[in-house]
Amino acid sequence: MARSIKKGPYIEERLLAKVRKMESEATKNVIKTWSRRSTVTPELIGHTFAVHNGKKFIPVYVTENMVGHKLGEFAPTRTFYSHSGDRKTKVRK
Amino acid sequence: MARIAGVDLPKNKRMEVALTYIYGIGQTKAKIILKEAGVSPDTRTDELADSEISALRNAIDKEAKVEGDLRRDVSMAIKRLMDIGTYRGLRHRKGLPVRGQRTHTNGRTRKGPRRAIAGKKK
Repeated sequence: MARSIKKGPYIEERLLAKVRKMESEATKNVIKTWSRRSTVTPELIGHTFAVHNGKKFIPVYVTENMVGHKLGEFAPTRTFYSHSGDRKTKVRK
Repeated sequence: MARIAGVDLPKNKRMEVALTYIYGIGQTKAKIILKEAGVSPDTRTDELADSEISALRNAIDKEAKVEGDLRRDVSMAIKRLMDIGTYRGLRHRKGLPVRGQRTHTNGRTRKGPRRAIAGKKK
């Protein structure tokens, strides 16, 4: 079931605070975050996040049409594995 | 024979059913459209008057997104997912189930017919 609209999108407070701080200082740093559950809001556009995938931090540059998705959607948690002879499935990375 | 929304020409069926042959129109939409156009759901396609056909066309334009437009919208939505690099996009790219189904077994609809694994016998 989808989240109630009344509540608005969920985003980690601390993450938002960091973004606002950077916005006020007009700096652009990579923000490390474990908060995969945070929704991408228009405020985050143009920032780069290093989203944890359980092992590494995956750099995600937020663009306009990512709004409404969660940060975790951009950092895959599983390593894609295919057999060596399998030509049809192309290995991505 | 009626030709509504491009190529579709279902015939000899009740309008309620005939309209569902158009991509993007199901039973609910069909009823809404018929009401809007003021055509009885029980008329057969062959019995339709020209005026009724045009009324239906207008109603479809107003109420529903069908055929090419809808197909384009759907593929654009999928393309968007792929372009921004979401997990769902990746699954589309690989032709695997998108909504978290298991792939150990099953998932043949997305994966297509089984391919034999070389060197696996006995």
